[in-house]
Amino acid sequence: MNNLKDKLSIICFSGDFDKLVAAFTLASGAAATNYEVNLFFTFWGLNILKKKKGHVFLGRGFLARFFSFLMGGKNNVPLSRFNFLGISPRLMTKMMKDRNVATLDVLMETAIELGVNLYACDMTMNILGIVRDDYIPEVKEVLGVAKFLEYSKDGETLFI
Amino acid sequence: MGNIKINQLDITNEHCPMTFVKVKLALEKMETKEQLEVLLAEGEPLDNVPKTVKEQGNRVLEITQVKNNIYRVLIEKC
Repeated sequence: MNNLKDKLSIICFSGDFDKLVAAFTLASGAAATNYEVNLFFTFWGLNILKKKKGHVFLGRGFLARFFSFLMGGKNNVPLSRFNFLGISPRLMTKMMKDRNVATLDVLMETAIELGVNLYACDMTMNILGIVRDDYIPEVKEVLGVAKFLEYSKDGETLFI
Repeated sequence: MGNIKINQLDITNEHCPMTFVKVKLALEKMETKEQLEVLLAEGEPLDNVPKTVKEQGNRVLEITQVKNNIYRVLIEKC
C-alpha cells in the first residue's frame, strides 16, 4: 500500500449552483474513497460559505455591502444557464430529490462529514470586506496562493 | 465465538456518489469484525461499492443476487 494519500484539490471559483454540485459531488466521492480533499473557495464560490444564506448586507463599506446583498448566500446560488431569476435552482433541487440524487445541501453536509477541508481565499475576502466570522465555522482556514500550492502539492487540482 | 453484529444498509435508490459515500459512512461507525450487509442495484453501485470497500482495506465476504437487478454485498470491516 502506498503511504501517501491520494489528493484532490478543487478551486471553487464559480458560485453557480450546477458547478458547485459538480465540485461537491467530486469532493464527496473522492473523500469516500480515502482521498484527502481540499476545496479552495474564491470569488463567487465564497457565497456558499456564508453563514447568512439569503440576500444580506455583509462586509465593510457601501460597495462591498451592496455587492454582498446582490450576490446573496447559499439559498441564492444561480444556475449557470436558464436561471430565470432563481427559479431554476429550486426546480433543479426538486428534480434531484424526485430522482433520489443528492441535493447541493446534502452533498455539502456529506463532504463536511467526510472531512473535506474547506478553505477561503484571503484576497477576495479582503476586497469584499468580509471576515472569517461571516463564514460557517467548518471553514478550516483563510489562506492565499502560497498556502494553497503547499496544500495541493503532489495531488490533482481542478478549477471549477 | 461471539455473535457477529450484522448492520444493514439499503442503497438501492441511491446514485453516485451517495452509493459508496453511504457505505463508507456506515463502515466508519462500525467496530472491526462487524459486518455490513448492503443492498444495491447493478451497474455503478455494484461496480464501485465492492471495489472501494476493498481499496479501503475491508473484506467483501460475498455478493449474491437477490432480485432481478438487486444484489446483496456482505462486507467485513477490517
